[in-house]
Amino acid sequence: MNAQTTENTPKITRETKNKIRVDFERTSLWTRIRLKFLTANAFGKAIWFLFRLILLFGISYVILQPFYSKIASSFMSREDFVDVTVKLIPKHPTLDTYKAIIEESGFFEALLNTTVLSVTTALIQTFICSLIAYGFAKYKFKGAKLLFGLVLLTMIVPHDTLHLSLYMKFRYFDIGIGKFGILSFLGGGLIPGLKLIDITSISLINSYWPLILLSLGGLAFKNGLYIFMLRQFFRGVPDELEESAYIDGYGPFKTFFKIILPISVPMMITVFLFAFSWQWTDNFYVDTFFNDKGPKLLPDIIMIPKQLDTDYAGKTLFETAIRNTAGIMILSPLIVVYLFCQRYLVEGIERSGIVG
Amino acid sequence: MTKASTARQAAPQKRRKIVSLDKKKARAGWLFVLPFVIGFLIIYFPVIFDSLKYSVCEFEAVQGGGLSLDFVGFKNYQTALYEDANFVQVLISGIKQLVFDVPAIVIFSLFMAVLLNKKMFGRAAFRAIFFIPVILSTGLIAGIDADNILNDYMGSNGGIDDGSGQAASGAAQIVSMADFTWLFRNMQVGTELLDYVVGIVNNIYGIINRSGVQMLIFLAGLQSVSPAIYESCSIDGASGWETFWKITFPMVSPMILVNTIYTVIDAFTAESNTVMKYIDKTYESSTVVATSMSWMYFAIVILMIALVSAALSAYIFYQKRD
Repeated sequence: MNAQTTENTPKITRETKNKIRVDFERTSLWTRIRLKFLTANAFGKAIWFLFRLILLFGISYVILQPFYSKIASSFMSREDFVDVTVKLIPKHPTLDTYKAIIEESGFFEALLNTTVLSVTTALIQTFICSLIAYGFAKYKFKGAKLLFGLVLLTMIVPHDTLHLSLYMKFRYFDIGIGKFGILSFLGGGLIPGLKLIDITSISLINSYWPLILLSLGGLAFKNGLYIFMLRQFFRGVPDELEESAYIDGYGPFKTFFKIILPISVPMMITVFLFAFSWQWTDNFYVDTFFNDKGPKLLPDIIMIPKQLDTDYAGKTLFETAIRNTAGIMILSPLIVVYLFCQRYLVEGIERSGIVG
Repeated sequence: MTKASTARQAAPQKRRKIVSLDKKKARAGWLFVLPFVIGFLIIYFPVIFDSLKYSVCEFEAVQGGGLSLDFVGFKNYQTALYEDANFVQVLISGIKQLVFDVPAIVIFSLFMAVLLNKKMFGRAAFRAIFFIPVILSTGLIAGIDADNILNDYMGSNGGIDDGSGQAASGAAQIVSMADFTWLFRNMQVGTELLDYVVGIVNNIYGIINRSGVQMLIFLAGLQSVSPAIYESCSIDGASGWETFWKITFPMVSPMILVNTIYTVIDAFTAESNTVMKYIDKTYESSTVVATSMSWMYFAIVILMIALVSAALSAYIFYQKRD
């Protein structure tokens, strides 16, 4: 504390040949504290700080508590659910629930299949959406507004509304509208005499093709949102960057791949994260495009294993806990991904500067 | 499609033909959005067309893998509206829910975004926690969480589960109606507002879960407001409250419109949405009626989006750009 040691006048000492040290008198510590902290403004700030802290902690608790209860209950044994004294911490910790689910549901097979599916579709969606978004953001052409309106339309019409027709489209896949399609024309569906091939449609159910085709067309889950986000981001990229590339003899596509893609990696990670995790936890498309005969995917592992005897006093609770355990097992890889990528989520969105 | 076809015709010509820069750029633009155009024509348009067609048809699977469609006009819609005892009720209550939820979510997410935008201790950690629901509580997990008695059970202090799953209901409520009646008794505000506030507070988990993307969009909007404006505002002696209403609010008002529309769409398809649940249930018994139901619901939601955007766009402040 210099305040006690210095005199009234600035004290100048010569330390080395070219360096001097000047010590000023400082206001006493108590005065400084009084002026800084014992005012109405500071009190207001302190109250606001406390209020904010309580609010943020409270909401964080609301968000994290379900995860805690999932994890805690997954280690509980059957007896714990009828024991009133056991609430937050398992009394007889056990791994039986995990073991049973892994043994009976084919968890690892489902994990592998879902990983392949999610990574494939998320990569395709990220790439295709950035292509489309770049086209909308940087090029003016006739019909661009109408097309963008159609993109918004695909975002607004939820796929739940189209449940039946999406299923029918990929169950009897054909290029065309209604009965009038290329395959049904070649297969003799339209003109009885003309029959070049044996099939009138292809069934894509139980394969990854429906989701891949939807991703290729920029039509999969919430792709409208991705296109919108990426379009706003590309709009913020200065035009000079591309102009200089054109002058160097790059074409539009070479510019896109060599100049634009490298600088938009954070934004694309954001979109990839969305696409990946929403495909990972998706059950609507899995229910629509896959049935029992298809590859095993993660939604299939939510079941009650037979080796766990649930017919017991706390049956409902125990079965809920088993379902939640399956949920935790589904989420665990995603949590790891989130921990590594959450930085990009906020940064990417911030950098996009979305302005309506 | 005319532009795309001219682009294709021009491609084989090796001789350099003078094309204006605008035309060249237009071609490149079409090439970039080509995946969407093709996807729309091959998949989306037929799907929409089929869906509308199914809603006016009788639908029957024929033995041997075919299906028969008979045009029946608006019979399915009539079935849904007049013969189904519950649909209209579910629809009305679902739309009521939507009208209540949307302002709550938008206001909450704006508030949280303003809070998380300020520099403070542990901001990164709080942000990471707040965006967990965006990534993790969707689809499948939302399905598990939708009727999860586990949280209620762990939050309660007593109550052995009797096998009915109703053990801890009531304990899950953060505030009881009585607390609020006491608070609002002298305020002369009527019971509707009371019900609304109690509903929001007790449904806070659902609201937090559904406002993640909105928060992100608001945060992005707040980041794009120039700090110079805030600085000049504070030099002029504006308080935080005034700054919010005079600067922050007008600057993010375009985002309010975007978020309102997004929230309506999101709430419309949410797992917890009663109308969607009902339609899903109907889907199992009669697919065509379910299709016509979802088209009716969709039409109402589109109408709502149109009304909301018409009403809001009068108050939106667009910062002049370029």
